[in-house]
Amino acid sequence: MNTLSQTNNQPLIELKGVTKVYGTGQAAMHALRGVDLCINEGEFVTVMGPSGSGKSTCMNILGCLDTSTAGAYKFKGVEVDKLTRNQRTRLRRFYLGFVFQGYNLLNRTSALENVELPLIYRGAPARKRRAQALQALETVGLKGWESHTPGELSGGQQQRVAIARAIVTEPEVLFADEPTGNLDTARSHEIMDLLTGLNRNRGVTIVMVTHEPDMAAYARRIVHFLDGLVESDKQNGREVS
Amino acid sequence: MIWNTILLALREIRRNVMRSVLTILGIVIGVAAVITMVTIGGGATVQVRQQIASMGSNLLMVTPGKRLGPGQSSGNIPFKQADAEAIAREVGSLKAVSPVASQSVKAIFGNQNWSTQVTGTDNSYIIATNRSVKSGRQFTDSEMRSGAAVCVVGETVIKKLFGGQDAMGEKIRLEKLSCEIIGVLEAKGQSTMGTDQDDIVVIPLTTYQRRIAGNQDVSMIDISVQDGVSTEKIQKDIEQLLRIRRHLSPSDDDNFNVMDMKEIAKMLTGTTQMMTALLSAVAAVSLLVGGIGIMNIMLVSVTERTREIGIRLAIGAFEREVLLQFLVEAVVLSSFGGLIGIVLALTSSVWLAGVLGVPFVFNTGIVLVAFLFSAAVGVIFGYFPALKAARLDPIEALRHE
Repeated sequence: MNTLSQTNNQPLIELKGVTKVYGTGQAAMHALRGVDLCINEGEFVTVMGPSGSGKSTCMNILGCLDTSTAGAYKFKGVEVDKLTRNQRTRLRRFYLGFVFQGYNLLNRTSALENVELPLIYRGAPARKRRAQALQALETVGLKGWESHTPGELSGGQQQRVAIARAIVTEPEVLFADEPTGNLDTARSHEIMDLLTGLNRNRGVTIVMVTHEPDMAAYARRIVHFLDGLVESDKQNGREVS
Repeated sequence: MIWNTILLALREIRRNVMRSVLTILGIVIGVAAVITMVTIGGGATVQVRQQIASMGSNLLMVTPGKRLGPGQSSGNIPFKQADAEAIAREVGSLKAVSPVASQSVKAIFGNQNWSTQVTGTDNSYIIATNRSVKSGRQFTDSEMRSGAAVCVVGETVIKKLFGGQDAMGEKIRLEKLSCEIIGVLEAKGQSTMGTDQDDIVVIPLTTYQRRIAGNQDVSMIDISVQDGVSTEKIQKDIEQLLRIRRHLSPSDDDNFNVMDMKEIAKMLTGTTQMMTALLSAVAAVSLLVGGIGIMNIMLVSVTERTREIGIRLAIGAFEREVLLQFLVEAVVLSSFGGLIGIVLALTSSVWLAGVLGVPFVFNTGIVLVAFLFSAAVGVIFGYFPALKAARLDPIEALRHE
């Protein structure tokens, strides 16, 4: 993956005419009908839209969790559609981080071990792995909660563990699918402050799906989806060409 | 990568104690049941063989009556002592021929009484039945001829009437006959039929006929063939001789039966082998039930595990890493369960063998079969659902309900 070097004028993420169809024939459901989207390094992009508008589907494709039916997806100039399954796994392992609405932590597993998990797959030595995981937990404000399992943590804390797990590998892009969807307003703002901080201080590119305007307002750029298409794309209130 | 994956597998086992214990339990019960049953069954077979060997495999038993099946006969004209004498005289290659007449009689000494088998015969009985006199002596010729009131007794009788004390020279009462103990037989243990071969009082045949039975009948003739001589030929010779002595025309069926000990041995071995097969079938069912238990637990946890697989794939695990982890988990659990099962089976087999009085026979084959079967069940049902899940796109695995 070292061949993934970026030239200055190349966008980090580039979607061209991406479609996604579930099912076939009469029952076919078009989740994406030809999405064009460019995201540059260091951006904080919010994706909004009503249920079924394709925003989550689009993000899963961006995060290599799902594959598109047609169209082109370039990540750092590499055509993702042409990669093998293992190559896409490697992309997730070394470049991407995920935060899900439902947290998706391993049950009965301590916060520390959950955060360590991606490092284990990267083959990091035990001592370094532990130090990095502790550091990530401290970053999300969970110092002292390392040995607690998800069942012993509140929703906000679980989401912070999930964020720690996503950032421990220092990914270039962080994908967050409704990270505040299950949280109350106060917790939601805490999580958003955390994400904004990561974007500003560490230069992590963040793509976040949400349907809450309050949360979307944290981002500089807001992309609206409707019926499987990009309806509007505004940066600081102005249209992105 | 391997070590990290093994680490993950062990963590997963430790975290899901209940699931792990239940999986192991299924294997433990299956393996333990099969091995125990087969080991005990094998021990019983060996024991039967040993007992048959102790009876003497070159023994022929001649009984009056038509042969109905192995060991069964009906309708009899009894033999006389002269028949035994004729066999001894006219058939060659025999070690001993002993006419036997016996019935159950209550033996009394002081205020103790014990119902035992009183056998009227001669000294050749001891040779024919592979016995020996432990202390004291056999009958003398004059005692045999005159029908003296003397007896040689078995261990059990000594134990029951004298509490194991020295009984030489004491007089026990058999019905109206008061009879002096002149010898004690070497203990022989249980017979293949389950009767106590030491529960016996041997008296001279003449004494038995005159004082106990009140007739001249002989109910059975025990014959011991010389070593290395074919019992089949001798069996034929005896049959021929007895047909003449019993005035049977060529069209008549035999009204007596010459039984070879080998036949009885075969029959009994067959019976115990059948029992072993039956027990093994029962045990195999428990192994199967154990397997189904494992299967259930594995399938029930599939939803949770599919999500887990989704999480692992999403954060950058290769399909092969996830699969290796599941394989290691299944193998560790199965072999651990299998080993516990084997230890448990061997412990309980040794104990049961002691209680049932059968020898402990270690059967490597069944240990391997039981272990491999349960390991296979564990691995198959632990691994294949995972195989299915690991091939999904991460997002599908995460959405699995």
